[in-house]
Amino acid sequence: MVDKKDFPNPEAFKKQILEKYPTKVARKRAKAMVVVDEEGSAPIVQANVRTVPGIITQRGCSYAGCKGVVLGPTRDIINITHGPIGCGFYSWLTRRNQTKPDEGGENYMAYCFSTDMQEENIVFGGEKKLREAIQEAYDMFHPKAISVFATCPVGLIGDDIHAIAAQAKEKFGDCNVFAFSCEGYKGVSQSAGHHIANNQIFKHVVGNDDTVQEGKYKINLLGEYNIGGDAFEIERILDLCGISLISTFSGNSSIDHFANSHTADLNTVMCHRSINYMADMMETKFGIPWIKVNFIGAEATAKSLRKIAAYFEDKKLIDRVEEVIKAELPAVEEVISTIKPKTEGKVAMLFVGGSRAHHYQELFTEIGMETVSAGYEFGHRDDYEGREVLPSIKLDADTRNIEELKVDKDPERYNPRKTPEQLEKLSKQKGLDFAGYHGMSKEMKKGSMVIDDISQWETEKWIEYYKPAVFCAGIKEKYAVQKMGVPLKQLHSYDYGGPYAGFKGAINFYKDIERITTTRVWSLISPPWDYSNGIKADLVSNG
Amino acid sequence: MRKIAIYGKGGIGKSTTTQNTVAGLAEMGKKVMVVGCDPKADSTRLLLGGLAQKTVLDTLREEGDDVELDDVMRIGYGNTSCVESGGPEPGVGCAGRGIITSINLLEQLGAYEEDKNLDYAFYDVLGDVVCGGFAMPIRDGKAEEIYIVVSGEMMAMYAANNICKGIVKYSDSGGVRLGGLICNSRKVDNEREMIEELAKRLGTQMIHFVPRDNMVQRAEINRKTVIDYDSTHVQADEYRTLAKNIDNNDMFVVPKPMSIEDLEKLLIDFGIAN
Repeated sequence: MVDKKDFPNPEAFKKQILEKYPTKVARKRAKAMVVVDEEGSAPIVQANVRTVPGIITQRGCSYAGCKGVVLGPTRDIINITHGPIGCGFYSWLTRRNQTKPDEGGENYMAYCFSTDMQEENIVFGGEKKLREAIQEAYDMFHPKAISVFATCPVGLIGDDIHAIAAQAKEKFGDCNVFAFSCEGYKGVSQSAGHHIANNQIFKHVVGNDDTVQEGKYKINLLGEYNIGGDAFEIERILDLCGISLISTFSGNSSIDHFANSHTADLNTVMCHRSINYMADMMETKFGIPWIKVNFIGAEATAKSLRKIAAYFEDKKLIDRVEEVIKAELPAVEEVISTIKPKTEGKVAMLFVGGSRAHHYQELFTEIGMETVSAGYEFGHRDDYEGREVLPSIKLDADTRNIEELKVDKDPERYNPRKTPEQLEKLSKQKGLDFAGYHGMSKEMKKGSMVIDDISQWETEKWIEYYKPAVFCAGIKEKYAVQKMGVPLKQLHSYDYGGPYAGFKGAINFYKDIERITTTRVWSLISPPWDYSNGIKADLVSNG
Repeated sequence: MRKIAIYGKGGIGKSTTTQNTVAGLAEMGKKVMVVGCDPKADSTRLLLGGLAQKTVLDTLREEGDDVELDDVMRIGYGNTSCVESGGPEPGVGCAGRGIITSINLLEQLGAYEEDKNLDYAFYDVLGDVVCGGFAMPIRDGKAEEIYIVVSGEMMAMYAANNICKGIVKYSDSGGVRLGGLICNSRKVDNEREMIEELAKRLGTQMIHFVPRDNMVQRAEINRKTVIDYDSTHVQADEYRTLAKNIDNNDMFVVPKPMSIEDLEKLLIDFGIAN
């Protein structure tokens, strides 16, 4: 079944969409909606700027990025949300991060900790309540670490969470306590919260444990959050290859892994947006190079493994990796051969994350589907156009408002894992692009539409235009899109599915997408407005 | 009931002037309630004879939601009803939010109901309108009249002009109006003329010129208003006049705040530079 259409020039349709906006809004949104003119080239796209109020954005807040995304998946830090109860509750495990503690190991992910601020704590200050909450958590669990996350009102009334954390740390002696000023109003999206999370984990945790682990090929995996068990599959594959994973930031992670992560010899970065700061800071301070990898997609997984093997320049590892790939691929290919005839030529739209809209295109390509339009919720221009545009990105006030740590070489522990000559050679001969990321847009076909921070209105219109077989986004978009008769696959939480990473994950994804895009359920239902007159309404006030 | 808010630069004598004026109104037989909107909770000290007043917010904190009007209101000189909002220690929490919470609670508890037979409710508000909370008494039509306490000192006049900007902002939505300037003299040269001129430029009036007299401090150290402490003293008559002028006032305006240049020129023209 092939339903691939030839789409007319999207520019004319874009114009129609923008016509509905007030002039200023239209001018701003026009810059965030661009066509890929030439394959392999990236158009300039406006990104990481303030959302137009009222536009119905997909974005979340700084607190969500810090507490929910980056720190949420770590099992043995007690994460206390300092604020009214809603922030803590609604950021609790909604991304389906899984974890597997060691025998007898700590796991607090099943708990939701909050200071549950009341009006009197706002008026009289919440410091006392926070101090008591930290003490209570300590007395009850004796954890290795407690962290505190500021919500909006805490920033407004100025509770000094960092001083309280420092005092508690000193008082306990055996528990690391640190805080994040990740008030939701900071920055333009959750991206600000990722940066804040990176900074504090780097400052307070990374490098606390110098124990050198056993293993010949030691890496960290950055920006992997173990949604639906992704990390377990990646760990399985790395294990088969004989690659030691010192720490993941932060899927299936422990604070002990973070503390020891500076002993790894290579940082591999999955979600560039949320964690590139950490990779850069670790390189500067400890001399660990980083490369971009992607374990979403069977081909991408194989390619990433080969990159890691090439870095270590060890034939034994290179051969082992090839053996693993050879052993894993047949099962993948077999599934592709049965599914691809049903999915080939169908089109997908991806509007999610700050890397996901890029990574999942690989999986769709593998089953013959094309991503005709994609964009991020909170990506920056480098996530679209590649890190080479970094010097030309103008730092605005919103970005300057987020602390940029000044990092220097560690006087004792700085140890460049490779000489500049070695890096140069690896880059030239093996194509290893150190500290590089080419972004999403260059990998999209000519004529594809790249849209940053897509609004609800634009979502509906582009769905009308492309009539995709599947739309990938999150829970906020899910039901609005499905009401249009288009299935929505959540790529924040995977709905109820996963893992989708690695070889086995790819198979799961193909099967789920086949089910979603071939079901007739969407043609069997018709919405009430198709068969009834409905209710007509007018605006009551124009004032 | 007339609802009046007193604003002015910090330290200008708002609380002292308010309480002395309220004593004058009480003496005239008016039923008055004073609501202190300052975390320091010192707006009713002279009326209550220094009685430590449990604030609305402290009560709310200690009693939870089970609060009665009697828990937060004390009766002071001349049967005045005295309430203090209270608030956090300096440097913590949010005093502005405290004022909002407190005034909402007073409304819920029926402090302003008909059966209280109030002639006046006075809000005595902390120095500058630093955030939305301190504008609460002039929002949503709570206070309808504002008097600004001012002196001939430059910063006091700056503050008065700024407060007028706040009044303009809320005059549309809340219907609040400026009733006049109260000059609490600091014995600055040409003070009376200068404040009269300032009032004129702002489109309002100087409702009274309160001369400086040490009797005010003497009464204050004895935790009393002047009328209460020495009712025959000449300064007591000044406050009686101010009370009478407010009672008879019928000039309520949306002020016209001045530009900084004009304000500075006024100061120069009226003698500071001479």
